[in-house]
Amino acid sequence: MWKLIVRRTLITIPQILLLSVLVFILAQAMPGDALTGLIDPNIDPATIEAMRERLGLNNPWYVQYFDWIKGVIQGDFGQSFRFKMPVSELIGDRMINTLWLSLATLILTYLIAIPLGIISGRFNDTWLDRVITGYTYIGFAAPLFIFALIMLFVFGFQLSWFPTSGSVSPGTEPGTFAYFISKVNHLLLPALSMALITTVSTVQYLRSEIIDTKQKDFIVTARAKGASESRVYNRHVLRNSLLPIAAFFGYEITGLIGGTIFIENIFGYPGMGELFLSSISLRDYSVMTALVLLFGLAAILGALLSDIILSLVDPRIRIK
Amino acid sequence: MNDVLLNIKNLKTSFRIKDDYYAAVDDVSLTVRKNEVLAIVGESGSGKSAFAFSIMGLHTRAKIEGEIDYKGIDLAKTNANQMRKLRGNEMGMIFQDALSALNPLMVVGAQIDEAIFLHNPKSSKSLRKKQVINLLNQVGIPRPEKTYHQYPHELSGGMRQRIVIAMAISNQPELLIADEPTTALDVTIQSQILDLIKELKDTIHAGIILITHDLGVVAEMADRVAVMYAGQIVEIADVYTLMENPQHPYTRSLLNSIPTLNDVKEDLHVIEGVVPSLQKLPRSGCRFSARIPWIDESAHEASPELHEISPGHFVRCTCYKDFYFPEQAEEERNYVAN
Repeated sequence: MWKLIVRRTLITIPQILLLSVLVFILAQAMPGDALTGLIDPNIDPATIEAMRERLGLNNPWYVQYFDWIKGVIQGDFGQSFRFKMPVSELIGDRMINTLWLSLATLILTYLIAIPLGIISGRFNDTWLDRVITGYTYIGFAAPLFIFALIMLFVFGFQLSWFPTSGSVSPGTEPGTFAYFISKVNHLLLPALSMALITTVSTVQYLRSEIIDTKQKDFIVTARAKGASESRVYNRHVLRNSLLPIAAFFGYEITGLIGGTIFIENIFGYPGMGELFLSSISLRDYSVMTALVLLFGLAAILGALLSDIILSLVDPRIRIK
Repeated sequence: MNDVLLNIKNLKTSFRIKDDYYAAVDDVSLTVRKNEVLAIVGESGSGKSAFAFSIMGLHTRAKIEGEIDYKGIDLAKTNANQMRKLRGNEMGMIFQDALSALNPLMVVGAQIDEAIFLHNPKSSKSLRKKQVINLLNQVGIPRPEKTYHQYPHELSGGMRQRIVIAMAISNQPELLIADEPTTALDVTIQSQILDLIKELKDTIHAGIILITHDLGVVAEMADRVAVMYAGQIVEIADVYTLMENPQHPYTRSLLNSIPTLNDVKEDLHVIEGVVPSLQKLPRSGCRFSARIPWIDESAHEASPELHEISPGHFVRCTCYKDFYFPEQAEEERNYVAN
């Protein structure tokens, strides 16, 4: 058990290294560099060249990579030229915001998916199931950014139930109860918009798993033992059907990253996704690379988490 | 007769295909007595398992007609709740493929424990654990304490089948249905499992319905045999009569298809064709006639009935009187010619 977890965790080390190299090379391959944005006809090209030399921008890529990674390990992602502040400080607050948004979305996703999936799978081919699968098809077909815009328009602007931008009302004091409520209030609409769309794959997955599991022989065995239908479903069908959902959990995190980039921009929510898009358009390289690295890291850790969860719940995977 | 445990009358189990119902078990009447092994034999698709599932009430989408009288209760009409109390308690079932019949995510001990718990919800956990260990001992598991905490995939095929048996007998059932209990096992393990079932029969005195297509198993285990073809019983007799004096063409063909050591030179005897599918099955006339085309049409009854040709020996249709194997006729002709 522990052996498996340790072994699986060790595998992430080369994955993370490879990720950092890739992120760095991709950033290097983009046209322009940190000084491109500063070009001003009044500055002498020789001065810029001297500055490049001084900043090490003319060194070969691997030297630059080692300079960069040395800093990253110490938590130093360099300076954001746009905000004129250290990237780590800039990302700090936004990361917390994005974490809350992702967490809220995840919770809502499973709160929606598990009951719907169970109903749909257990009572398959009834009208209730048709309604639920109908919803999932709409969810698959509707692009997240369009759906989020509609949600924002209806619940934010028309009905004014939720705030339309920001992560907290200005003027509230951090640490107070009002601050917490304001945070949750700002979170709810973006999280719900994202959850309603991302949950559909989990609903469908759970539905087909339950339909599959309920035809297995051991379900007949459970009935032959005299188990009631509710016990058959709760004890035998559900646990076996949730396995792949657990395995899916890590990929859910990857999906969330993509989702938050859209959602945060649409809802003007100050998180990493919002920062990411604006950094791309302004060529704020140090911020961009730091964010891509963090997103990649989250995906790798998500996959790690999936495998660990799966090994905990599925005895067949445990290695002695 | 007071020792009749199960009295089935005109049982008909039909499945819906598109808009029509097709009977997989068609008008079967049988009795099972206490402390008796009744074997049901037939090819794949002859309706044996559908018959067993009907008794246990395990069909989820089938129409069941007729009467299944179990100690005065009609199982075909009883409600789900009462059926559940009988299932696993008074009636146990042993399944064919033990690996798929066990929940892969539960240790086997907990699965047997569940079978006891469901019918004795007030019993204490420690008492149940003792019972499970006893059961594991009874079915010949060498280290029950260790096996209790193992998952199905950690056990061998024979061990798994023992677990399935332990589960079926956990509440001392009066009726035990074994649906091809040895088909998925290799020969040495097969005989161990059969010995175990025999042993259990002597200790729990249950009526056993043994479903199999293996006539070797029948000869070893059964007291009485019912031969099933295309959803109908074509012959019933006690095991000695059936083995020594089979009458129905289907029974004779089945017995004839067992290879013996004496006729090494010959090809295997096979019954040409297969059991027709539910939709294509002829619903009138002798259902076996299509597979013995060399027998004259006039030999069959228009609507074949079971005839009692000697006490307790029933044969369906009249075609048994005129039946012969084509290769036998060949030999006889050669003999006469020489």
